[in-house]
Amino acid sequence: MSNIVVNVEVAATGALRSTTGHLLQLATRLGEPVAVLAAPAGTSDELVAQLGKLGAPTVFVAETPTATSHVAAGAVAALAEAMKRYAPRAVLASNSADGREAIGRLAARTGNPVLLEAIDVKNVEGRITATHSVYGGTYTTESGVGSGIAMMTVASSGEPAPAAAAPQVEVIQLDVDAHAAATITATHAAPSSSDRPELPSAKIVVSGGRGLGSKENFALVEQLADSLGAGLGASRAAVDAGYVPQSHQVGQTGISVSPDLYLAVGISGAIQHRAGMQTAKRIVAINEDEDAPIFDITDFGIVGDLFTILPQLQSALEARAGAGV
Amino acid sequence: MKIAVLIKQVPDTWDDRKLTSGGCVDRAASERVADEITERALETALRQKDADKSVEIVAVTMGPGSATEALRKALSMGADSAMHLVDDGFAGADALTTARVLASGLTGADFDVVIAGNESTDGRGGVVPAMVAELLGVPFLGPLNSAHFTGASVTGERQSADGTQALVAQLPAVISVTERAPEARFPKFKGIMTAKRKPVAVCDAASLRMADIRNADGNVVLASRKRPARTAGRKIVDDGNAASQLIAYLSAENLI
Repeated sequence: MSNIVVNVEVAATGALRSTTGHLLQLATRLGEPVAVLAAPAGTSDELVAQLGKLGAPTVFVAETPTATSHVAAGAVAALAEAMKRYAPRAVLASNSADGREAIGRLAARTGNPVLLEAIDVKNVEGRITATHSVYGGTYTTESGVGSGIAMMTVASSGEPAPAAAAPQVEVIQLDVDAHAAATITATHAAPSSSDRPELPSAKIVVSGGRGLGSKENFALVEQLADSLGAGLGASRAAVDAGYVPQSHQVGQTGISVSPDLYLAVGISGAIQHRAGMQTAKRIVAINEDEDAPIFDITDFGIVGDLFTILPQLQSALEARAGAGV
Repeated sequence: MKIAVLIKQVPDTWDDRKLTSGGCVDRAASERVADEITERALETALRQKDADKSVEIVAVTMGPGSATEALRKALSMGADSAMHLVDDGFAGADALTTARVLASGLTGADFDVVIAGNESTDGRGGVVPAMVAELLGVPFLGPLNSAHFTGASVTGERQSADGTQALVAQLPAVISVTERAPEARFPKFKGIMTAKRKPVAVCDAASLRMADIRNADGNVVLASRKRPARTAGRKIVDDGNAASQLIAYLSAENLI
Protein backbone atom coordinates (compact mmCIF):
# COMPACT_ATOMS: atom_id res chain seq x y z
CA MET A 1 0.00 0.00 0.00
CA SER A 2 1.23 3.51 -0.77
CA ASN A 3 2.50 5.71 1.98
CA ILE A 4 0.75 9.04 2.48
CA VAL A 5 2.69 11.69 4.40
CA VAL A 6 0.65 13.89 6.74
CA ASN A 7 1.96 17.23 8.00
CA VAL A 8 1.24 17.46 11.74
CA GLU A 9 0.69 20.98 13.05
CA VAL A 10 1.10 21.95 16.67
CA ALA A 11 -1.00 24.80 18.04
CA ALA A 12 0.29 27.77 20.00
CA THR A 13 -0.86 25.93 23.14
CA GLY A 14 1.52 23.03 22.40
CA ALA A 15 -1.33 20.61 21.56
CA LEU A 16 -2.03 19.02 18.17
CA ARG A 17 -4.15 21.24 15.94
CA SER A 18 -7.74 20.08 15.78
CA THR A 19 -7.48 19.37 12.03
CA THR A 20 -5.04 16.48 12.56
CA GLY A 21 -7.67 13.75 12.91
CA HIS A 22 -9.38 14.72 9.68
CA LEU A 23 -6.06 14.71 7.81
CA LEU A 24 -5.29 11.22 9.10
CA GLN A 25 -8.76 10.04 8.03
CA LEU A 26 -8.23 11.34 4.49
CA ALA A 27 -4.75 9.80 4.37
CA THR A 28 -6.23 6.45 5.42
CA ARG A 29 -8.58 6.71 2.44
CA LEU A 30 -5.56 7.13 0.13
CA GLY A 31 -3.11 4.67 1.63
CA GLU A 32 -1.00 4.16 4.73
CA PRO A 33 -0.60 7.40 6.75
CA VAL A 34 2.82 8.52 7.96
CA ALA A 35 2.36 11.39 10.43
CA VAL A 36 5.31 13.78 10.22
CA LEU A 37 6.04 15.93 13.25
CA ALA A 38 8.77 18.53 13.59
CA ALA A 39 9.34 19.29 17.27
CA PRO A 40 12.10 20.50 19.57
CA ALA A 41 14.10 17.63 21.11
CA GLY A 42 12.42 15.96 24.04
CA THR A 43 8.96 17.44 23.49
CA SER A 44 7.36 14.85 21.25
CA ASP A 45 6.33 11.96 23.53
CA GLU A 46 2.93 13.37 24.46
CA LEU A 47 2.25 14.45 20.87
CA VAL A 48 3.14 10.97 19.56
CA ALA A 49 0.72 9.44 22.08
CA GLN A 50 -1.99 11.83 20.87
CA LEU A 51 -1.26 10.89 17.24
CA GLY A 52 -1.72 7.23 18.18
CA LYS A 53 -5.14 8.05 19.61
CA LEU A 54 -5.97 9.69 16.29
CA GLY A 55 -5.11 6.50 14.42
CA ALA A 56 -1.63 7.24 13.06
CA PRO A 57 0.02 3.86 12.34
CA THR A 58 3.43 5.46 11.81
CA VAL A 59 4.90 8.65 13.26
CA PHE A 60 8.10 10.22 11.97
CA VAL A 61 9.54 12.77 14.38
CA ALA A 62 12.22 15.19 13.24
CA GLU A 63 13.75 16.91 16.24
CA THR A 64 14.81 20.48 15.56
CA PRO A 65 14.67 23.67 17.62
CA THR A 66 13.45 25.53 14.50
CA ALA A 67 10.07 23.77 14.86
CA THR A 68 8.98 26.46 17.29
CA SER A 69 11.34 29.34 16.52
CA HIS A 70 10.79 29.71 12.76
CA VAL A 71 7.82 29.52 10.42
CA ALA A 72 7.60 26.35 8.29
CA ALA A 73 11.36 25.70 8.07
CA GLY A 74 11.26 22.71 10.43
CA ALA A 75 8.10 21.27 8.90
CA VAL A 76 9.38 21.54 5.33
CA ALA A 77 12.73 19.94 6.19
CA ALA A 78 10.95 17.16 8.10
CA LEU A 79 8.51 16.51 5.25
CA ALA A 80 11.32 16.49 2.68
CA GLU A 81 13.25 13.97 4.79
CA ALA A 82 10.12 11.83 5.23
CA MET A 83 9.61 11.86 1.45
CA LYS A 84 13.08 10.35 1.04
CA ARG A 85 12.50 7.65 3.66
CA TYR A 86 8.89 6.70 2.99
CA ALA A 87 8.53 7.34 -0.79
CA PRO A 88 4.92 8.58 -0.42
CA ARG A 89 2.34 8.98 -3.19
CA ALA A 90 1.01 12.18 -1.65
CA VAL A 91 1.69 14.73 1.09
CA LEU A 92 -1.32 16.14 2.96
CA ALA A 93 -1.52 19.36 4.97
CA SER A 94 -4.36 21.48 6.27
CA ASN A 95 -5.19 24.75 4.50
CA SER A 96 -3.94 26.81 7.48
CA ALA A 97 -1.25 29.45 6.96
CA ASP A 98 1.36 26.97 8.18
CA GLY A 99 0.02 24.16 6.00
CA ARG A 100 -0.05 26.30 2.89
CA GLU A 101 3.49 27.56 3.42
CA ALA A 102 4.76 24.04 4.09
CA ILE A 103 3.10 22.61 0.96
CA GLY A 104 4.09 25.58 -1.20
CA ARG A 105 7.72 25.45 -0.16
CA LEU A 106 7.89 21.65 -0.31
CA ALA A 107 6.39 21.58 -3.83
CA ALA A 108 8.85 24.23 -5.02
CA ARG A 109 11.80 22.53 -3.31
CA THR A 110 11.04 19.01 -4.58
CA GLY A 111 9.50 19.98 -7.94
CA ASN A 112 6.18 18.24 -7.34
CA PRO A 113 2.75 19.56 -8.34
CA VAL A 114 0.04 20.74 -5.94
CA LEU A 115 -3.63 19.88 -5.44
CA LEU A 116 -5.12 22.70 -3.39
CA GLU A 117 -8.11 23.19 -1.09
CA ALA A 118 -9.36 19.63 -1.54
CA ILE A 119 -12.80 19.02 -0.05
CA ASP A 120 -12.47 15.30 -0.72
CA VAL A 121 -9.73 12.94 -1.89
CA LYS A 122 -9.81 9.59 -3.70
CA ASN A 123 -7.42 6.90 -4.79
CA VAL A 124 -8.89 5.47 -7.99
CA GLU A 125 -6.82 2.55 -9.24
CA GLY A 126 -3.65 4.11 -7.95
CA ARG A 127 -4.39 7.63 -9.15
CA ILE A 128 -4.84 10.19 -6.41
CA THR A 129 -7.47 12.81 -7.15
CA ALA A 130 -8.95 15.73 -5.26
CA THR A 131 -12.37 17.36 -5.40
CA HIS A 132 -12.54 21.14 -5.23
CA SER A 133 -15.28 23.70 -4.82
CA VAL A 134 -14.77 26.58 -7.27
CA TYR A 135 -16.26 30.08 -7.45
CA GLY A 136 -18.16 29.89 -4.21
CA GLY A 137 -19.49 26.42 -4.95
CA THR A 138 -20.78 27.22 -8.45
CA TYR A 139 -18.54 24.50 -9.86
CA THR A 140 -17.13 21.27 -8.56
CA THR A 141 -13.89 20.08 -10.15
CA GLU A 142 -11.76 16.97 -9.86
CA SER A 143 -8.04 17.22 -10.39
CA GLY A 144 -4.99 15.02 -10.31
CA VAL A 145 -1.29 15.35 -11.04
CA GLY A 146 0.25 14.60 -14.42
CA SER A 147 3.35 13.13 -12.82
CA GLY A 148 5.16 13.21 -9.51
CA ILE A 149 3.92 13.22 -5.93
CA ALA A 150 0.69 15.10 -5.13
CA MET A 151 1.27 17.95 -2.66
CA MET A 152 -2.14 18.64 -1.18
CA THR A 153 -3.84 21.19 1.03
CA VAL A 154 -7.15 20.10 2.46
CA ALA A 155 -10.16 22.12 3.56
CA SER A 156 -10.67 21.17 7.19
CA SER A 157 -13.89 19.57 8.32
CA GLY A 158 -15.34 17.84 11.32
CA GLU A 159 -14.75 14.35 9.95
CA PRO A 160 -13.58 12.11 12.78
CA ALA A 161 -10.14 10.52 13.07
CA PRO A 162 -9.55 6.83 12.30
CA ALA A 163 -9.57 4.29 15.13
CA ALA A 164 -6.70 4.55 17.60
CA ALA A 165 -3.47 2.76 16.77
CA ALA A 166 -0.22 1.91 18.52
CA PRO A 167 2.14 3.76 16.21
CA GLN A 168 5.56 2.73 14.98
CA VAL A 169 7.75 5.69 15.86
CA GLU A 170 10.92 6.81 14.14
CA VAL A 171 12.80 9.73 15.69
CA ILE A 172 15.69 11.53 14.04
CA GLN A 173 17.67 14.68 14.74
CA LEU A 174 17.45 17.08 11.84
CA ASP A 175 19.74 19.99 11.03
CA VAL A 176 17.53 22.63 9.50
CA ASP A 177 18.81 25.60 7.54
CA ALA A 178 16.52 28.40 8.70
CA HIS A 179 18.35 31.34 7.14
CA ALA A 180 15.52 31.82 4.64
CA ALA A 181 12.69 31.52 7.17
CA ALA A 182 10.74 34.08 9.16
CA THR A 183 11.49 34.10 12.89
CA ILE A 184 8.60 33.91 15.36
CA THR A 185 9.17 36.69 17.88
CA ALA A 186 5.99 36.28 19.91
CA THR A 187 3.05 33.91 20.05
CA HIS A 188 -0.21 34.67 21.79
CA ALA A 189 -2.48 31.68 22.21
CA ALA A 190 -6.12 32.70 21.85
CA PRO A 191 -7.92 32.15 25.14
CA SER A 192 -9.90 28.93 24.85
CA SER A 193 -13.11 30.37 26.19
CA SER A 194 -15.29 27.32 26.57
CA ASP A 195 -15.94 23.69 25.82
CA ARG A 196 -17.09 24.65 22.34
CA PRO A 197 -15.52 22.67 19.50
CA GLU A 198 -12.69 24.41 17.69
CA LEU A 199 -13.81 26.06 14.48
CA PRO A 200 -11.82 24.13 11.86
CA SER A 201 -12.98 20.74 13.14
CA ALA A 202 -16.53 21.58 14.28
CA LYS A 203 -19.36 19.59 12.65
CA ILE A 204 -21.67 22.57 13.04
CA VAL A 205 -20.60 26.21 12.98
CA VAL A 206 -22.90 29.04 14.06
CA SER A 207 -21.65 32.48 13.02
CA GLY A 208 -22.91 35.96 13.78
CA GLY A 209 -22.44 39.20 11.91
CA ARG A 210 -23.09 42.89 12.05
CA GLY A 211 -26.82 42.23 12.25
CA LEU A 212 -26.45 41.33 15.91
CA GLY A 213 -25.79 45.00 16.62
CA SER A 214 -23.90 44.69 19.91
CA LYS A 215 -21.65 42.49 21.99
CA GLU A 216 -24.53 41.84 24.39
CA ASN A 217 -26.78 40.68 21.56
CA PHE A 218 -24.02 38.43 20.23
CA ALA A 219 -24.76 36.23 23.24
CA LEU A 220 -27.82 35.04 21.27
CA VAL A 221 -25.45 33.48 18.72
CA GLU A 222 -23.29 31.98 21.46
CA GLN A 223 -26.34 30.40 23.10
CA LEU A 224 -27.47 28.95 19.78
CA ALA A 225 -23.98 27.57 19.16
CA ASP A 226 -24.02 25.91 22.58
CA SER A 227 -27.48 24.42 22.08
CA LEU A 228 -26.28 22.87 18.82
CA GLY A 229 -22.88 21.82 20.16
CA ALA A 230 -21.42 24.07 17.49
CA GLY A 231 -18.24 26.05 16.98
CA LEU A 232 -18.66 29.82 17.27
CA GLY A 233 -17.81 31.89 14.20
CA ALA A 234 -18.16 35.51 13.19
CA SER A 235 -17.92 37.77 10.19
CA ARG A 236 -15.22 40.38 9.96
CA ALA A 237 -17.78 43.08 10.69
CA ALA A 238 -18.67 41.44 14.01
CA VAL A 239 -14.99 41.10 14.91
CA ASP A 240 -14.21 44.69 13.96
CA ALA A 241 -17.17 45.89 16.03
CA GLY A 242 -15.70 44.07 19.02
CA TYR A 243 -18.55 41.58 19.48
CA VAL A 244 -16.12 38.64 19.56
CA PRO A 245 -12.31 38.09 19.40
CA GLN A 246 -10.60 37.81 16.01
CA SER A 247 -9.79 34.14 16.58
CA HIS A 248 -13.46 33.48 15.73
CA GLN A 249 -13.34 35.19 12.34
CA VAL A 250 -14.40 33.00 9.44
CA GLY A 251 -13.30 34.06 5.99
CA GLN A 252 -10.42 34.88 3.74
CA THR A 253 -8.77 36.47 6.75
CA GLY A 254 -9.16 34.07 9.60
CA ILE A 255 -10.41 30.53 9.57
CA SER A 256 -11.76 28.40 6.71
CA VAL A 257 -14.40 25.92 7.75
CA SER A 258 -16.19 23.04 5.97
CA PRO A 259 -18.70 21.82 8.53
CA ASP A 260 -21.76 19.66 7.91
CA LEU A 261 -23.88 22.70 8.77
CA TYR A 262 -23.01 26.40 8.65
CA LEU A 263 -25.60 28.68 10.18
CA ALA A 264 -25.05 32.37 9.39
CA VAL A 265 -26.97 34.87 11.50
CA GLY A 266 -27.07 38.53 10.54
CA ILE A 267 -24.25 38.03 8.01
CA SER A 268 -24.67 39.60 4.57
CA GLY A 269 -22.18 37.24 2.95
CA ALA A 270 -19.37 39.37 1.52
CA ILE A 271 -17.10 37.46 -0.86
CA GLN A 272 -14.33 37.45 1.76
CA HIS A 273 -16.63 35.75 4.25
CA ARG A 274 -17.95 33.26 1.72
CA ALA A 275 -14.36 32.29 0.87
CA GLY A 276 -14.09 30.80 4.36
CA MET A 277 -17.35 28.83 4.52
CA GLN A 278 -18.60 28.09 1.02
CA THR A 279 -17.50 24.45 1.23
CA ALA A 280 -19.88 23.70 4.11
CA LYS A 281 -22.17 20.80 3.22
CA ARG A 282 -25.32 22.68 4.22
CA ILE A 283 -25.67 26.43 4.59
CA VAL A 284 -28.49 28.12 6.47
CA ALA A 285 -28.83 31.89 6.83
CA ILE A 286 -31.07 34.23 8.76
CA ASN A 287 -31.01 37.82 7.53
CA GLU A 288 -33.51 40.63 7.35
CA ASP A 289 -32.30 41.75 3.90
CA GLU A 290 -33.80 39.47 1.29
CA ASP A 291 -31.16 40.61 -1.23
CA ALA A 292 -28.18 39.73 1.00
CA PRO A 293 -25.59 37.82 -1.09
CA ILE A 294 -25.47 35.05 1.52
CA PHE A 295 -28.82 33.84 0.15
CA ASP A 296 -27.12 33.01 -3.17
CA ILE A 297 -25.46 30.02 -1.53
CA THR A 298 -27.92 28.94 1.15
CA ASP A 299 -29.75 25.64 1.19
CA PHE A 300 -32.26 27.13 3.57
CA GLY A 301 -32.64 30.86 3.87
CA ILE A 302 -34.86 32.78 6.24
CA VAL A 303 -35.70 36.41 5.57
CA GLY A 304 -36.70 37.84 8.89
CA ASP A 305 -35.81 39.49 12.17
CA LEU A 306 -33.13 37.48 13.95
CA PHE A 307 -34.19 38.96 17.32
CA THR A 308 -37.57 37.29 16.84
CA ILE A 309 -36.35 34.05 15.29
CA LEU A 310 -33.32 33.21 17.46
CA PRO A 311 -35.26 33.09 20.77
CA GLN A 312 -37.92 30.91 19.10
CA LEU A 313 -35.20 28.64 17.74
CA GLN A 314 -33.55 28.50 21.13
CA SER A 315 -36.71 27.47 22.98
CA ALA A 316 -37.59 24.93 20.28
CA LEU A 317 -34.13 23.36 20.60
CA GLU A 318 -34.41 23.34 24.38
CA ALA A 319 -37.85 21.73 24.14
CA ARG A 320 -36.42 19.01 21.87
CA ALA A 321 -33.53 18.44 24.25
CA GLY A 322 -35.97 18.26 27.16
CA ALA A 323 -38.10 15.74 25.28
CA GLY A 324 -34.99 13.67 24.58
CA VAL A 325 -35.42 13.90 20.82
CA MET B 1 13.94 50.28 -1.32
CA LYS B 2 12.67 48.39 -4.37
CA ILE B 3 9.33 46.65 -4.01
CA ALA B 4 7.74 44.19 -6.43
CA VAL B 5 3.97 43.78 -6.11
CA LEU B 6 2.38 40.65 -7.56
CA ILE B 7 -0.80 41.61 -9.40
CA LYS B 8 -3.38 39.10 -10.62
CA GLN B 9 -6.19 39.72 -13.06
CA VAL B 10 -9.28 37.75 -12.11
CA PRO B 11 -12.93 37.51 -13.13
CA ASP B 12 -14.98 40.10 -11.26
CA THR B 13 -16.61 38.44 -8.27
CA TRP B 14 -19.75 40.52 -8.88
CA ASP B 15 -20.08 39.00 -12.34
CA ASP B 16 -21.23 35.53 -13.41
CA ARG B 17 -17.94 33.60 -13.27
CA LYS B 18 -17.47 30.54 -15.48
CA LEU B 19 -15.01 27.75 -16.12
CA THR B 20 -14.15 26.49 -19.61
CA SER B 21 -14.99 22.89 -20.48
CA GLY B 22 -11.37 22.07 -19.61
CA GLY B 23 -11.77 23.48 -16.12
CA CYS B 24 -9.78 26.69 -16.64
CA VAL B 25 -10.92 30.24 -15.85
CA ASP B 26 -13.17 31.41 -18.68
CA ARG B 27 -11.66 34.85 -19.20
CA ALA B 28 -14.19 35.92 -21.81
CA ALA B 29 -17.24 35.09 -19.67
CA SER B 30 -17.01 37.94 -17.20
CA GLU B 31 -15.53 41.37 -16.54
CA ARG B 32 -11.77 41.19 -15.84
CA VAL B 33 -10.44 43.17 -12.89
CA ALA B 34 -7.25 43.42 -10.86
CA ASP B 35 -7.88 41.18 -7.85
CA GLU B 36 -8.86 43.35 -4.90
CA ILE B 37 -6.42 41.54 -2.60
CA THR B 38 -3.51 42.30 -4.95
CA GLU B 39 -4.59 45.95 -4.95
CA ARG B 40 -4.26 45.88 -1.16
CA ALA B 41 -0.75 44.48 -1.66
CA LEU B 42 -0.05 47.45 -3.93
CA GLU B 43 -1.51 49.86 -1.38
CA THR B 44 0.86 48.43 1.25
CA ALA B 45 3.75 49.27 -1.09
CA LEU B 46 2.36 52.70 -1.98
CA ARG B 47 2.24 53.67 1.70
CA GLN B 48 5.97 53.02 1.89
CA LYS B 49 6.41 55.26 -1.12
CA ASP B 50 4.19 57.95 0.43
CA ALA B 51 6.61 58.04 3.38
CA ASP B 52 9.80 57.76 1.32
CA LYS B 53 9.83 58.99 -2.28
CA SER B 54 12.94 56.95 -3.06
CA VAL B 55 10.89 53.74 -2.86
CA GLU B 56 10.52 52.16 -6.30
CA ILE B 57 7.49 49.97 -7.03
CA VAL B 58 7.26 47.47 -9.87
CA ALA B 59 3.90 45.81 -10.58
CA VAL B 60 4.44 42.25 -11.83
CA THR B 61 1.91 39.92 -13.38
CA MET B 62 1.83 36.64 -15.24
CA GLY B 63 -1.19 36.58 -17.47
CA PRO B 64 -2.51 36.78 -21.00
CA GLY B 65 -2.38 39.93 -23.14
CA SER B 66 -5.49 41.31 -21.44
CA ALA B 67 -3.66 41.43 -18.10
CA THR B 68 -2.01 44.69 -19.22
CA GLU B 69 -5.28 46.32 -18.10
CA ALA B 70 -4.52 45.28 -14.52
CA LEU B 71 -0.93 46.55 -14.83
CA ARG B 72 -2.15 49.91 -16.22
CA LYS B 73 -4.45 50.23 -13.23
CA ALA B 74 -1.50 49.55 -10.89
CA LEU B 75 0.57 52.19 -12.71
CA SER B 76 -2.27 54.70 -12.49
CA MET B 77 -2.48 54.06 -8.73
CA GLY B 78 1.21 54.90 -8.38
CA ALA B 79 3.50 52.00 -9.31
CA ASP B 80 6.60 53.23 -11.17
CA SER B 81 6.86 50.50 -13.77
CA ALA B 82 5.42 47.13 -14.66
CA MET B 83 6.57 43.70 -15.77
CA HIS B 84 4.25 41.54 -17.86
CA LEU B 85 5.16 37.86 -18.07
CA VAL B 86 3.15 36.62 -21.04
CA ASP B 87 3.40 33.59 -23.32
CA ASP B 88 0.93 31.21 -24.91
CA GLY B 89 2.80 28.43 -23.11
CA PHE B 90 1.72 29.91 -19.74
CA ALA B 91 -1.97 29.28 -20.45
CA GLY B 92 -3.25 26.67 -18.01
CA ALA B 93 -0.18 26.98 -15.77
CA ASP B 94 -0.68 25.54 -12.28
CA ALA B 95 0.46 27.18 -9.04
CA LEU B 96 4.02 25.82 -9.19
CA THR B 97 4.56 26.81 -12.82
CA THR B 98 3.12 30.26 -12.06
CA ALA B 99 5.51 30.63 -9.14
CA ARG B 100 8.45 29.54 -11.32
CA VAL B 101 7.58 32.10 -13.98
CA LEU B 102 7.17 34.84 -11.37
CA ALA B 103 10.42 33.90 -9.62
CA SER B 104 12.21 33.86 -12.96
CA GLY B 105 10.94 37.37 -13.72
CA LEU B 106 11.98 38.59 -10.26
CA THR B 107 15.43 37.00 -10.29
CA GLY B 108 18.22 39.47 -10.81
CA ALA B 109 15.96 42.50 -10.40
CA ASP B 110 17.34 43.25 -6.89
CA PHE B 111 14.04 43.51 -5.03
CA ASP B 112 14.09 44.16 -1.31
CA VAL B 113 10.48 43.07 -0.85
CA VAL B 114 7.92 41.16 -2.89
CA ILE B 115 4.33 41.80 -1.74
CA ALA B 116 1.42 39.56 -2.74
CA GLY B 117 -2.19 39.05 -1.71
CA ASN B 118 -2.69 36.01 0.55
CA GLU B 119 -5.05 34.21 -1.82
CA SER B 120 -6.72 35.15 -5.09
CA THR B 121 -10.48 35.36 -5.35
CA ASP B 122 -10.54 32.91 -8.27
CA GLY B 123 -8.02 30.16 -7.50
CA ARG B 124 -7.91 30.56 -3.70
CA GLY B 125 -4.92 28.22 -3.40
CA GLY B 126 -2.87 30.58 -1.25
CA VAL B 127 0.49 28.90 -1.94
CA VAL B 128 2.10 30.94 -4.74
CA PRO B 129 3.72 33.59 -2.47
CA ALA B 130 5.45 30.91 -0.34
CA MET B 131 6.56 29.10 -3.51
CA VAL B 132 8.08 32.29 -4.91
CA ALA B 133 9.93 32.80 -1.61
CA GLU B 134 11.27 29.25 -1.74
CA LEU B 135 12.40 29.61 -5.35
CA LEU B 136 14.11 32.92 -4.58
CA GLY B 137 15.67 31.45 -1.41
CA VAL B 138 14.27 34.17 0.86
CA PRO B 139 11.97 34.26 3.93
CA PHE B 140 8.19 34.37 3.60
CA LEU B 141 5.92 36.20 6.04
CA GLY B 142 2.24 35.67 5.64
CA PRO B 143 -0.61 35.98 5.63
CA LEU B 144 -0.01 39.25 7.48
CA ASN B 145 -2.71 41.48 8.92
CA SER B 146 -0.14 44.24 9.17
CA ALA B 147 3.40 44.74 7.87
CA HIS B 148 6.11 47.18 8.95
CA PHE B 149 9.42 47.83 7.27
CA THR B 150 12.32 48.84 9.49
CA GLY B 151 15.41 49.39 7.37
CA ALA B 152 16.88 45.94 6.78
CA SER B 153 13.95 43.90 8.07
CA VAL B 154 10.19 43.41 7.89
CA THR B 155 7.88 42.60 10.78
CA GLY B 156 4.24 41.63 10.82
CA GLU B 157 1.47 39.85 12.64
CA ARG B 158 -0.65 36.94 11.52
CA GLN B 159 -3.74 35.26 12.92
CA SER B 160 -4.58 31.59 13.21
CA ALA B 161 -7.33 29.57 14.86
CA ASP B 162 -5.30 29.24 18.02
CA GLY B 163 -3.75 32.66 18.37
CA THR B 164 -1.59 35.34 16.85
CA GLN B 165 2.07 35.33 15.92
CA ALA B 166 4.50 38.19 15.52
CA LEU B 167 7.10 37.51 12.82
CA VAL B 168 10.32 39.13 11.69
CA ALA B 169 12.70 38.46 8.79
CA GLN B 170 15.66 40.12 7.17
CA LEU B 171 15.18 41.60 3.71
CA PRO B 172 14.95 40.57 0.96
CA ALA B 173 11.71 38.74 1.73
CA VAL B 174 8.34 37.84 0.27
CA ILE B 175 5.23 38.84 2.24
CA SER B 176 1.53 38.30 1.67
CA VAL B 177 -1.21 40.50 3.07
CA THR B 178 -4.82 39.77 4.02
CA GLU B 179 -7.97 41.80 3.53
CA ARG B 180 -7.02 43.51 6.81
CA ALA B 181 -4.32 45.35 4.89
CA PRO B 182 -5.39 48.89 3.96
CA GLU B 183 -7.97 49.28 1.22
CA ALA B 184 -6.55 50.38 -2.11
CA ARG B 185 -6.69 54.03 -3.18
CA PHE B 186 -8.50 55.10 -6.34
CA PRO B 187 -6.35 56.22 -9.27
CA LYS B 188 -6.31 59.99 -9.67
CA PHE B 189 -6.74 61.68 -13.06
CA LYS B 190 -3.08 62.69 -13.11
CA GLY B 191 -2.08 59.12 -12.28
CA ILE B 192 -4.17 57.77 -15.14
CA MET B 193 -2.51 60.21 -17.56
CA THR B 194 1.07 59.54 -16.41
CA ALA B 195 0.46 55.77 -16.35
CA LYS B 196 0.39 55.80 -20.13
CA ARG B 197 4.03 56.90 -20.22
CA LYS B 198 5.33 54.49 -17.58
CA PRO B 199 7.40 51.54 -18.84
CA VAL B 200 5.96 48.02 -19.09
CA ALA B 201 8.61 45.33 -19.65
CA VAL B 202 7.22 42.34 -21.55
CA CYS B 203 8.92 38.97 -21.04
CA ASP B 204 8.08 35.73 -22.84
CA ALA B 205 8.94 32.15 -21.91
CA ALA B 206 12.19 32.14 -23.86
CA SER B 207 13.50 35.31 -22.23
CA LEU B 208 12.58 33.88 -18.81
CA ARG B 209 14.30 30.58 -19.67
CA MET B 210 10.93 28.89 -19.08
CA ALA B 211 10.41 27.52 -22.59
CA ASP B 212 10.33 23.91 -21.37
CA ILE B 213 7.05 24.21 -19.43
CA ARG B 214 4.99 21.03 -19.57
CA ASN B 215 1.60 21.85 -18.06
CA ALA B 216 0.46 18.24 -18.53
CA ASP B 217 2.93 17.17 -15.82
CA GLY B 218 1.42 19.50 -13.25
CA ASN B 219 -2.01 19.83 -11.70
CA VAL B 220 -4.51 18.74 -14.35
CA VAL B 221 -8.26 19.17 -14.16
CA LEU B 222 -9.93 15.81 -14.83
CA ALA B 223 -13.57 16.84 -14.57
CA SER B 224 -15.54 20.00 -14.04
CA ARG B 225 -19.24 20.35 -13.54
CA LYS B 226 -21.52 23.20 -12.73
CA ARG B 227 -23.38 22.66 -9.53
CA PRO B 228 -26.99 21.91 -10.23
CA ALA B 229 -29.27 24.72 -9.17
CA ARG B 230 -29.97 24.22 -5.51
CA THR B 231 -33.31 22.53 -5.91
CA ALA B 232 -33.30 21.87 -2.20
CA GLY B 233 -32.40 25.52 -1.63
CA ARG B 234 -35.37 27.29 -0.12
CA LYS B 235 -35.82 30.87 0.92
CA ILE B 236 -38.72 31.70 3.16
CA VAL B 237 -39.95 34.94 4.62
CA ASP B 238 -40.66 34.62 8.33
CA ASP B 239 -44.36 34.55 9.00
CA GLY B 240 -43.92 33.51 12.60
CA ASN B 241 -43.13 29.89 11.79
CA ALA B 242 -39.57 30.24 10.45
CA ALA B 243 -37.96 28.76 13.57
CA SER B 244 -40.10 25.63 13.49
CA GLN B 245 -39.59 25.25 9.73
CA LEU B 246 -35.84 25.49 10.27
CA ILE B 247 -35.98 22.86 13.01
CA ALA B 248 -37.95 20.59 10.67
CA TYR B 249 -35.35 21.13 7.92
CA LEU B 250 -32.38 20.44 10.22
CA SER B 251 -34.11 17.37 11.58
CA ALA B 252 -34.95 16.03 8.10
CA GLU B 253 -31.32 16.51 7.07
CA ASN B 254 -30.12 14.70 10.22
CA LEU B 255 -28.21 17.78 11.28
CA ILE B 256 -29.77 17.88 14.74
